[in-house]
Amino acid sequence: MNVIFELWGELKAVLLTIVGAIPYIAGYILLILATMFVWSFIKRMLTPKHDYSSLKTVTFGDESSVVSNTAASIISIVLIFVLWGAFTGSKLLPGFMHVPGPFEGEGTFTYTSTLPDGTTDDAQVTVLVHPVGEDVADPVVEAGDGFAKNDSMTIGSYRSALIRVADNDDTTRGDGAVITAIDGKPIVPSENVKIDFGQVSMTPKGTLNVQPSTGWQMEPIWLPSPEAVWKRLGEIATDGYRNSTLAEHLGFSLFRVIVGFILGSIVGIPLGYAMGLSSWFRGWFDPIVEFMRPVPPLALIPLVIIWAGIGEVGKIILLFLAALWIMAIAARSGVSGVRISKVHAAYSLGASKWQIMRYVIIPNSLPEIFTGARVAMGVCWGTVVAAELVAAEKGAGMMIMVASKFQSTDIVLMGIILIGIIGFSIDMLMRWVERIMVPWKGKG
Amino acid sequence: MAGLQIDKLSMRFDLPNGSSVQALKDVSIDLKAGELLSVLGPSGCGKTTLLNIVAGFLAPTSGAITLNEKRVYGPGPERGMVFQQGALFEWMSVRENVGFGPRMKGMAEKPKREIVDHLLNVVGLQEFKEKAVYELSGGMQQRVALARCLANEPDVILMDEPLGALDALTREKMQGLVLKLWKETGKTIILITHSVEEALLLGERLIVMAPRPGRIHKEYNLPFAEMGVGQDLREVKKHPDFATTREEILSMIWDMEEEIMGGKSA
Repeated sequence: MNVIFELWGELKAVLLTIVGAIPYIAGYILLILATMFVWSFIKRMLTPKHDYSSLKTVTFGDESSVVSNTAASIISIVLIFVLWGAFTGSKLLPGFMHVPGPFEGEGTFTYTSTLPDGTTDDAQVTVLVHPVGEDVADPVVEAGDGFAKNDSMTIGSYRSALIRVADNDDTTRGDGAVITAIDGKPIVPSENVKIDFGQVSMTPKGTLNVQPSTGWQMEPIWLPSPEAVWKRLGEIATDGYRNSTLAEHLGFSLFRVIVGFILGSIVGIPLGYAMGLSSWFRGWFDPIVEFMRPVPPLALIPLVIIWAGIGEVGKIILLFLAALWIMAIAARSGVSGVRISKVHAAYSLGASKWQIMRYVIIPNSLPEIFTGARVAMGVCWGTVVAAELVAAEKGAGMMIMVASKFQSTDIVLMGIILIGIIGFSIDMLMRWVERIMVPWKGKG
Repeated sequence: MAGLQIDKLSMRFDLPNGSSVQALKDVSIDLKAGELLSVLGPSGCGKTTLLNIVAGFLAPTSGAITLNEKRVYGPGPERGMVFQQGALFEWMSVRENVGFGPRMKGMAEKPKREIVDHLLNVVGLQEFKEKAVYELSGGMQQRVALARCLANEPDVILMDEPLGALDALTREKMQGLVLKLWKETGKTIILITHSVEEALLLGERLIVMAPRPGRIHKEYNLPFAEMGVGQDLREVKKHPDFATTREEILSMIWDMEEEIMGGKSA
């Protein structure tokens, strides 16, 4: 019963997050629709004539007439970078495209201190907000008159700071002096008041907490700007990271994937053929394959680490297992998918069993095997990154995991982008090989 | 005794639920070398089973197949088969498909090429020989299938609705081609079809089969195949006997169909 309440609570939190994100999602969708209308308007303007033949009478709902619009793809990608730049204050974008950034520089607010007898005095606090990492001194201010004295403080941007404004006043806590207003607006403990450059809140014990406004931009520690990521890519490509160059990190990951995939195919494809051609082999391996197939390779990581350690052997065993079942199943269905009339035709043309295997069953199964290989390569690439996240000395996954521990978000982002590009390239390469090797795919 | 003898062939399929289906019962056919036999019947009468047994893909429950005085078991190159469609190897070009049989025999490249070129000429596909089979139309693919079968020099050609998937016009052209090939090569041919007209046009002999169990219902000796060689097939169809025989067979098959459906419908 408790579990259900707990889960309900979690679900509520998730739903609230989604509801909170709706304005942003809606904004993005509006942006898509707006560019679509602008684009179709421009296109119509550019079409020279508007007679009957210029109209495309494509039925709505005809899926075959829907093709990926290149302009939309380009705008989509550009927009991602523009949004990224706008929310990180990127130097690559003109300033007016930036969303409001955090407050930086000097700002002031006044506080009102009230004694139990009702006497009040105002004093000014000068706040210097500076980029994090810069060393600055507290601004020098005059003490001012009255029992409340002027104060000064520094805060790193995106941060907040407590200030005990009463410390330098002529009163002490024992006198019962309390702060009753900020910039003339009344304040009580646990509440806050807006000031010119952010807000001031009061802790339950009466200390002031100054929060300069952070604007809409993301702090580099959450989201570094594109140029910062690019710069970091250059640095790591030349100097390396954690005793290995970038090429080494990526090369090791690719090496593991390729070796694991090749070993998995060498074992998996013959296994699949055996399962497709012999009842005994199918009976023998069906329970094993059908059980192992739904086990995500990631779930095997702990066992592989226990058995084989965190070195290359363990990783390659893991990737071998990831590729093995996929390739075995692909080869099996490739064999099962052969039209019996093709086998019969080969028999009646005098082919022996071996010749049927060589000239009919194997070529007929190649399209399935290539589909399986594409899936297997994708799974292996995902698995190797995950395995390196857990434990590795080199590799793309290890690089981003270590970087995240040092909050080097730029390296994390760079790593994710590189992992994505490599995964995409692998898929493209496999498709290309497929087109060359099995042009008859889907034509039988 | 040369030719193909089908002797008291019976075939029973045992179903997983324990019952069994008598697909063929005591089917006997005596075919002389060079005869063209067409087999007709409603669906489920065991035509394809009969052909598969003759080809050797199925072992009969009882009965025997004798070819040129030798009993045959299992498939063999002396009984070539042409399927309805989809039996070409799409990973091979037209030329490779036609040359498949000779290649399996280990024939040298030069005589093989001669055979292939000759047959592609016969079926009119000389200019398509380097094409992939999936680039050809359905009719052309069946021409390739015919050529591939002939390239292996079989004694008997078994055709399982070879023209069934073609459009009417292509079908007519192909019927002419089948007759021409039959006359030129003198092969023994068994042709299975759904179309009464096709069975009449292409059958020197015609067997009408009845279902449940599959058996020979009636046999005809027909002059139309002989007439059709070298003549427009449409002329043959105008022959008065053609129309009467067609009507006779059609009503025979209709009666069988109605029997299967359980009594005449209103």
